[in-house]
Amino acid sequence: MAETEERLRRTMMFVPGNNPAMLKDAGIYGADAIMFDLEDAVSLAEKDAARDLVYEALQTVDYGDAEKVVRVNGTDTPFYKDDVRAMVKAGIDVIRLPKTESAQMIQELEKDVAAAEKEFDRTAGSTHLMAAIESAKGVVNAVPIATASQRMIGIALSAEDYTTDLKTHRYPDGRELEYARNVILQAARAAGIAAFDTVFTDLDDEAGLQRETEYIHQLGFDGKSVINPRQISVINAVYAPTKREIQTAQMVMAAIDEAHEKGSGVIALNGQMVDRPVAMRAQRVIKLAKASHLIDEEGTFVEK
Amino acid sequence: MLKNKVGVEISENVLKQYGYQPFAGTKIGHLISQRVAPAVHVMAGPSKVATSLADVVKNNVRDGMTISFHHHLREGDMVFNQVMQLIIDEGIKDLTLAPSSLTNVMNDMVIKAIKAGTVTHITSSGMRGSLGDAVSHGLLPNPVIFRSHGGRARAIETGKIKIDVAFLGVPNADEMGNANGMTGDAAFGSLGYALMDARYADKVVLLTDNIVDYPNTPASINQTQVDYVVKVDQVGDPDLIGSGATRFTKDPKELKIAQMVNSVITHSPYFKNGFSFQTGSGGAALAVTRYLRQAMIDQKIKASFALGGITKPTTDLLDEGLVKKVMDVQDFDKGAADSMHKNPAQQEIDSSWYADPFNKGAMVSKLDVVILSALQIDTDFNVNVLTGSDGVIRGAIGGHQDAATAKLTIISAPLVRGRLATIVPKMTSITTPGDSIDVVATELGIAINPARQDLVKQLSHIPGVPVYTIQELQQKAADIVGQPVPIQYIDRPVALAEYRDGTLIDVIHQVQE
Amino acid sequence: MGISKAALAGTLESSDIQITLSPAANGIQIELTSAVASQFGEQIKKVITQTLQSLGIDNVAVKAVDKGALDCVIKARTIAAGQRALGQKEPAWEVL
Repeated sequence: MAETEERLRRTMMFVPGNNPAMLKDAGIYGADAIMFDLEDAVSLAEKDAARDLVYEALQTVDYGDAEKVVRVNGTDTPFYKDDVRAMVKAGIDVIRLPKTESAQMIQELEKDVAAAEKEFDRTAGSTHLMAAIESAKGVVNAVPIATASQRMIGIALSAEDYTTDLKTHRYPDGRELEYARNVILQAARAAGIAAFDTVFTDLDDEAGLQRETEYIHQLGFDGKSVINPRQISVINAVYAPTKREIQTAQMVMAAIDEAHEKGSGVIALNGQMVDRPVAMRAQRVIKLAKASHLIDEEGTFVEK
Repeated sequence: MLKNKVGVEISENVLKQYGYQPFAGTKIGHLISQRVAPAVHVMAGPSKVATSLADVVKNNVRDGMTISFHHHLREGDMVFNQVMQLIIDEGIKDLTLAPSSLTNVMNDMVIKAIKAGTVTHITSSGMRGSLGDAVSHGLLPNPVIFRSHGGRARAIETGKIKIDVAFLGVPNADEMGNANGMTGDAAFGSLGYALMDARYADKVVLLTDNIVDYPNTPASINQTQVDYVVKVDQVGDPDLIGSGATRFTKDPKELKIAQMVNSVITHSPYFKNGFSFQTGSGGAALAVTRYLRQAMIDQKIKASFALGGITKPTTDLLDEGLVKKVMDVQDFDKGAADSMHKNPAQQEIDSSWYADPFNKGAMVSKLDVVILSALQIDTDFNVNVLTGSDGVIRGAIGGHQDAATAKLTIISAPLVRGRLATIVPKMTSITTPGDSIDVVATELGIAINPARQDLVKQLSHIPGVPVYTIQELQQKAADIVGQPVPIQYIDRPVALAEYRDGTLIDVIHQVQE
Repeated sequence: MGISKAALAGTLESSDIQITLSPAANGIQIELTSAVASQFGEQIKKVITQTLQSLGIDNVAVKAVDKGALDCVIKARTIAAGQRALGQKEPAWEVL
C-alpha cells in the first residue's frame, strides 16, 4: 500500500488526452480523480500530440485537489515507454496500466517508473500505480497484481474488454460481471488498496447509473469510473452517508479524542470498545460527509 | 471630461452635442414625465388593404423620417429586407432606423442602406455580426443609440423617438388591421415590442401573409391604430422564428453554472410562495428553469408570475400549476408561442408595461429574481452585454438594465470563454451598473456584491457553492487566459449606450484596425 | 535549422490551435488566424516562436489557425508539429 492516509475515490473521470477543451475544464466538476487517457481515446496518429498536450496541461492547468491519473498505452505498444517517462517527468500522481494480466507487468512498470523518477529528478516513490483488469487472465491474477508493488494504490475493472474476453457482453443487470467485481474487490481489500468499478456507458440513463452505483457501493467499491461530468453528482449522492451514520461516526470520533486526552489506550463508547475497524469507518464517514457537503469543517450539519 | 456614476469619462462635447445627462444612479424617483400622442389620419374603411407595398412606401416615407420595425420574427424575418429594399430603391435619404432590435438576417440590408445614404441614424436594443462589426469600424455617420426595451418604450412615450412610419409584420390581420401574433404560419406569440409602435407611430403599416375574416380576435393591435394592411407572400420563415423544440443543454459547464444559480435562488430569502422570476433564454437559463421546477415541487413553492421573454420550460411550469401567471413580452420558441394561444394565464404585455422606468409602475419593479447573462463583468459588478472583448459591438441590451432592478439579480456566466476572460478589471463598455447586480455565478463559484451584506450572510454557506470575492474570480480568470493587450480605439463615438432612464452610461468608440 | 518536410498538429476544435509548418528560408514566418488576435496575437506568436527555437528550428513558415487555445495548448501543438516536421519520434525532453 502506497499511502498512509486513505483518500476518497468515489469518481474517476476519464478525459480524452487529445482534447484541449476538456483538458482545460476537467478540474471544475469535483471529480475525486481525473484520468487523462492516452490510450483508447487517442488515435494511433495522434499519440505523440496527446502526450505533449497532457504534459503541458499538467504544467499549467489547475486541477485542484483531484488525484491526477494517466492511462498510458499498453506495454506491448511503441508508445508505452515514452508515455511513462513523459508522465513521470510531468509529475503525475498515478499511472494506470491498461490490460494488466500479471504481477510481472506491474513490476516492470515499477522499474520503468523508478528509472524515470531518477532521470527527471522526481522524488523516488512519488509516482503511484494502478492496474486496470480487462481480461479473464487479469481477474484470475488479481491478488498477485494488487500486491505486486508498494506503489500500488488501486485496481480497476474495465468491463468492455473483459466481457468480450468472456464471450459475452454487458447486460443491464450486470450479472456477467458478478465474479470479476467480487474478485477484484477481495484482491484490493486484501492488498489494502482501492477498488474501482467500471464505467456506465449510457449517459442518458440516470436511473441505471444510480442502480449500478448503489450495487457496487453495497459490495464495497471505493467508487466508479465516469465518462461525463454529469455522472459525478449521481455517484456522489449514492456515497453520501446518512445523518444517522454521521452522528454515530461523530460520537466515535469524540470518544477517540476523549481517550487521547486522557492518555488512555482503550477507547470506549456507550460501554463498548471502539476497535480499529470501527474507528476507520467513522473516519471515512466523516470524510464522505464533508465531501458531500453534509457537514462543515467543524462537524456542524449544513442546512440544505 | 467628467465621470458618470460608473466611472466612465465622458467629454462635455459629447453630452452637449447629443443632448445627454451623465448616468447618475439607478434610482428613478418620482418625476413627472409627459407622454406624447401620434397624428391620426382619420379614415373609416371599408378596407385598408393596399395592393402594393411599393406604393405604400412611396406615398408615406420621406427623407429624414424615422421608421420602425419589430424583431419578433427574429432570424426568420422576411419583412425588414423587403421594405428596406423598396425604400432604398425610392432613393430616400437620411432616415432614422428605430427597430425594437436588429437580427442577423437584417444585417446586409442595413449595411446597404447606410452605404446608400438611406439610413444615417440608428437606435436599437443591439446589433450583432457584420453590422456590429461595420458600425464599430465607423460605417454609420452618427452614433447608434442603444436603449433597453424599457428605455425604448420610455423614449417612444416621451417623444425622444418619434416614429413616422412603423412597418409591422404580423402572422394574421383582417382588412381593417385587427391582428395578433398567435396564429398563422409565421406565428410568434406575444407582440409585446410592436405594440408600442402600433400605439405611437403616425402611420402604421401591417404586413401579413394571412388576411382573415373581419373582425379578427383577439386583437393585440387593433384597427384604430392601423393605416394600411399589406398582403405579402410570406412574413417569416417558421423554422427560423424560434428555436423550435427547446433542448436542454448537455454541456456540463453550463449545467454546473445552472446548478450554482439554482442553489443561489433556492437559498435566498425570495424563494417562497408567491415569488416571481425572469430567466430569459440560453442554455444555462433553460437548465435553471428545470432545476427550479424540481426545487419548487420538492419544497411545495409556487410562483406568482414569470416575466419577460418566455420559453417552453416556463410555459410548462404554467401548465403544471407551479407558476400562476406568465407575463409575456416575447416568445423565444414555438412551444411558448403556442401556449399563449391556449392558456389565458399567459398574458401578452407591451414593453412599457414590462419595463418602462417612466411609468406608473412597470412589472420589473415587482420582480423578485432575475437571471441575466453577460459578455463581460468588471470588479465593480458592472456588466457589459453590448461589446465583445475586442471592443466590437456584438450584443443587445434587451431587458438587461430593466430586469436588473429585481430584488435578486444573478448574472450567470462562464469564468472564461475560449481564451477570453469574462470577469475583467476593465470592460470594453458598461451596459448595466453594478449597483443593480447582486450575485455573479460561474462554474467555479459565486461572488456576492458587498453592497448586499444580507445576501453575503444568507448565501455564504450553501453546500457546493464556493463564495469568492469578485476580485478573486477576476484573478482566477486572468491566471487561466493570461494578460491581453488593451484594445486601441479612435476618438470617435460609434454608439451611445443609454441607461433605462435616458442618461448616458457609456460611449462606445470606433476600434482601430 | 530548417525543416525538410511539411507537418501539421492540432485541430480546428474550440480551445485548440492548428499549427502547420512548411519549409522556408527566411527565419520564422507566422501567419496567424485568431478571433482573439487583437488581444493575444503577439503572445500566441511569441509562444510559437520560442517553442520552435527550443526545438532548434529557426527557418520555417508557420500557419496557425487559433480557436482560443491557451498557451499550454499552443506550446504542445507546436512541439508536436515541430517534431513531426523533423521526423523525431522520441519526446523532446528538454522542450516539454
